[in-house]
Amino acid sequence: MPYSIVFLSEIIKTFDLEVIFSPGNLDQIRISVADVTRPGLQLAGYYDHFGPDRIQVIGNMEHAFLEKLSAESRRKRVTALFEKKIPCLILTRNHEAHKEIIVAAKKAGVPLLRTSQATSEFMSSLVKHLNVELAPRVSMHGVLVEVNGEGILILGESGVGKSETALEIVKRGHRLIADDQVEIRRVSETTLLGRAPDIIRHLIEIRGIGILDVKELFGVSSVKPQENIDFVINLELWDEKKTYDRLGIVDETTEILGLQVPSITIPVGPGRNLAIIVEAAAINYRVKKMGYNAARDLVGRVFPGPV
Amino acid sequence: MISKTVVFQCDEALQMKAVAVLIQKASTFRSSIYLMRSGRRANAKSLLGVMSLGIENGAEIEVTAEGEDQTEALDTLIQYLENPKS
Repeated sequence: MPYSIVFLSEIIKTFDLEVIFSPGNLDQIRISVADVTRPGLQLAGYYDHFGPDRIQVIGNMEHAFLEKLSAESRRKRVTALFEKKIPCLILTRNHEAHKEIIVAAKKAGVPLLRTSQATSEFMSSLVKHLNVELAPRVSMHGVLVEVNGEGILILGESGVGKSETALEIVKRGHRLIADDQVEIRRVSETTLLGRAPDIIRHLIEIRGIGILDVKELFGVSSVKPQENIDFVINLELWDEKKTYDRLGIVDETTEILGLQVPSITIPVGPGRNLAIIVEAAAINYRVKKMGYNAARDLVGRVFPGPV
Repeated sequence: MISKTVVFQCDEALQMKAVAVLIQKASTFRSSIYLMRSGRRANAKSLLGVMSLGIENGAEIEVTAEGEDQTEALDTLIQYLENPKS
């Protein structure tokens, strides 16, 4: 997968880390795994199953453990850890770095960083951040909007009316995340996160008018930086020969990065108000998620009794 | 589906216009056409999509076309990207 690395300098900037020692190449050190290790066992000398490509975090316990050791064994233990070529070592709670740690870091050329945050809190936000940054990703041609709290990805051929739909959805009080190009990441086994590429964030292109800046035109409440993708709407030109779902009883899904996302296909014909259809589909998806299905209810009324 | 890689040759001042013309050219074909640059893919018929690739002079671009007129589509776009002035 492309881009599935994060440079250490970006992490330092995001988490506002203090640099105690830098070998001078922070913007070249690559982090490619989202796991973060507290090297307690390693400092005690156990290195089986050790992942040297992970960020190492020293918290209260590790710090206290090192404190108890004699200067000589402290030197040995931390040198052994740094010799594994770890990407960096981060001290939490503003702990003072022992002299031996600084020496070993310099010797091995490994960055030594520090944060004032508590260990668990820092680690969970770091893992969360890395999971997002390192997630498998894909860019899709479509529009991402948020309608009543649901992230709706609208897909369809060029010229089918995706951007016009998005514009009216925004006018109806909902939010635009991305027009034309949506960058999607699989941040967990159940979650897809969509956002716009930086260059075209908050822009929308309407044929005949040109490029509009939705944030400038409709204000900050009309845009959102990112949103989970809950539901996919495929727009396609009305095909006379094709039969479309009339009841809404079929559960259609669209695959994105290996995940099945609930979806529907809406045929586009002259005179159809797409924005209101998308809005209704979003609300209908919400109500289905909460357990009510109008189509099933209707079937129950037409054919009473046990089904 | 057919594809070909090309190096974009263009004066800085022309970039924005070149992209606009590129999209117009792509839109005349029925095939679905995609541009790839450093692992990112964009629909060649979408202005913002192509803009988001940040195509600049010297950029290596892979063009993919699929559909009934894919050969003409690919040829036209490759030719244009190699020499946008023509």
